[in-house]
Amino acid sequence: MRPFTYERAASADEAVKAAAATPGARFIAGGTNLLDLMKLDIERPQHLIDVARLPLGAIEPAGGGLRIGGMATNSQVAADPQVRRRYPVLAQAILSGGSPQLRNKASVAGNLLQRTRCAYFYDTSKPCNKRAPGSGCGALEGLNRNAAILGQSHACIATHPSDMAVALVALEAEVETLTPSGEARRFPLAELHRLPGETPHVETHLIPGELITAVVLPPPPAGGQAYRKARDRASYAGGLASVAVAGARLALGMVAHKPWRATQVEQALAAGATPAEAIGEELKDAATAGRNDFKVTLTARLAMAALAQAEGDAA
Amino acid sequence: MRTTITVNGEARTHDLDPRTTLLDYLRETLRLTGAKKGCDHGQCGACTVLVNGLRINACLSLAVAHDGDEVVSIEGLGTPDALHPMQQAFLKHDALQCGYCTPGQICSAVAMLEEVAAGWPSQETADLTAPVLLTPDELRERMSGNICRCSAYPQIVAAIAEAAG
Ligand SMILES: Cc1cc2nc3c(=O)[nH]c(=O)nc-3n(C[C@H](O)[C@H](O)[C@H](O)COP(=O)(O)OP(=O)(O)OC[C@H]3O[C@@H](n4cnc5c(N)ncnc54)[C@H](O)[C@@H]3O)c2cc1C
Ligand code: SF4
Ligand code: FES
Ligand code: FES
Repeated sequence: MRPFTYERAASADEAVKAAAATPGARFIAGGTNLLDLMKLDIERPQHLIDVARLPLGAIEPAGGGLRIGGMATNSQVAADPQVRRRYPVLAQAILSGGSPQLRNKASVAGNLLQRTRCAYFYDTSKPCNKRAPGSGCGALEGLNRNAAILGQSHACIATHPSDMAVALVALEAEVETLTPSGEARRFPLAELHRLPGETPHVETHLIPGELITAVVLPPPPAGGQAYRKARDRASYAGGLASVAVAGARLALGMVAHKPWRATQVEQALAAGATPAEAIGEELKDAATAGRNDFKVTLTARLAMAALAQAEGDAA
Repeated sequence: MRTTITVNGEARTHDLDPRTTLLDYLRETLRLTGAKKGCDHGQCGACTVLVNGLRINACLSLAVAHDGDEVVSIEGLGTPDALHPMQQAFLKHDALQCGYCTPGQICSAVAMLEEVAAGWPSQETADLTAPVLLTPDELRERMSGNICRCSAYPQIVAAIAEAAG
């Protein structure tokens, strides 16, 4: 690992000030994604601002919904009685990700901001527009079994690996942040991540040095909820595709550079289409790269299973 | 950076390079080599230790970030003369072959039982609002963060089930 300096932030205000004032500074929470990438020399921060112990871990009722502090751990969120009772899709999504050990460290903010990635991003001997802009994309004609099928560009076909974020998008969560100048802002979580376009190395709409302080859930929508994830082994494995259903809303995971709100499915269902027809509407735009052709069928079947499960949940 | 961590009940102070992971600190600085480095990337669980009672992967954590914390490694759970009940159960059920994953398995299992006692759900928990029961499927899922290359899983499950009572 390259050398870096380290500080523990005393408050959220101090954290954003320090980030704005220090070149090459990054926040670190659980460290389960950032340290992993620093060990591989993919992330190279010069200064780490530890935000894990900031008092941003509370999970509390807010406006009929729930405010979840950005530093709440994934384990805490999944175990929270309100989340389990009112937002089961969120608990299920979190519990399907990583391992208990990882979830005990992983924070809500860190989970959202884990890098969108593929195997070539991790292999510094290979070209990757995300890791080294302009170097090319190793995955286009390479091992692309888990590549995106929606919203990808010729520059990058990587997928966002978060399970939690898929459920949060289906729940129409909002993100609260503190900007580098110390202003609080709030916007829909669905607008946090970007599609790759020509700049796959820029993954979110955050201002550099902006701190995620909370995620806010509106009251749960009427109807059932369900999370389904397909992967190569039953546990402790990243997904190949996932589907979150919350009432009449549906989001897809691991099929795009960001958690994918499936608005075409929602509209088709509202207009009376069958689940198969509705998911077909969304996937008619799908494009594959060779080894990931199967993901179109997989996603369709998973979506139908999740819709059926959510219907059972509602009953 | 001057860092004080209570390890297995004893406060230890060292001047650490911020790059030192909690795992390297335990193994190299303190010479507590029970926690193992399998992958160094959060993928195997061999480095599992307890921090303030919770199990984590020591390889994906900076030691300086644990200033003020209480860490328990396998060396702090029991001694050869006074084994922890989980260690005893692993011996009784022959729950290992090479033994490399074992310290992580045991630390993980001890914390896992606490999580169950606290009512934390897992992906095997069908009803998220009902009390949590440690069924065989629940046990397997909750231990899935610890890989055993020798595949001693049947014995590991039997040992933990016995220790769970
Ligand atoms: C082996 C393995 C398997 C995994 N499997 C899964 C899986 O199946 N599903 C899944 O969803 N995830 C999986 N993960 C990823 C894991 O969930 C993430 O690593 C974790 O959620 C990141 O959270 P963290 O707090 O550790 O983030 P960190 O590593 O601390 O930070 C990640 C990023 O977020 C930034 N950041 C942190 N906090 C803030 C903040 N408050 N404001 C702004 N920026 C911030 C950091 O600067 C960094 O860029 C896996 C990880 C590993 C190692
Ligand atoms: S898909 Fe994206 S992350 Fe993967 S090699 Fe191509 S540019 Fe890099
Ligand atoms: S060494 Fe830490 S998880 Fe493998
Ligand atoms: S006993 Fe050899 S890895 Fe588990």
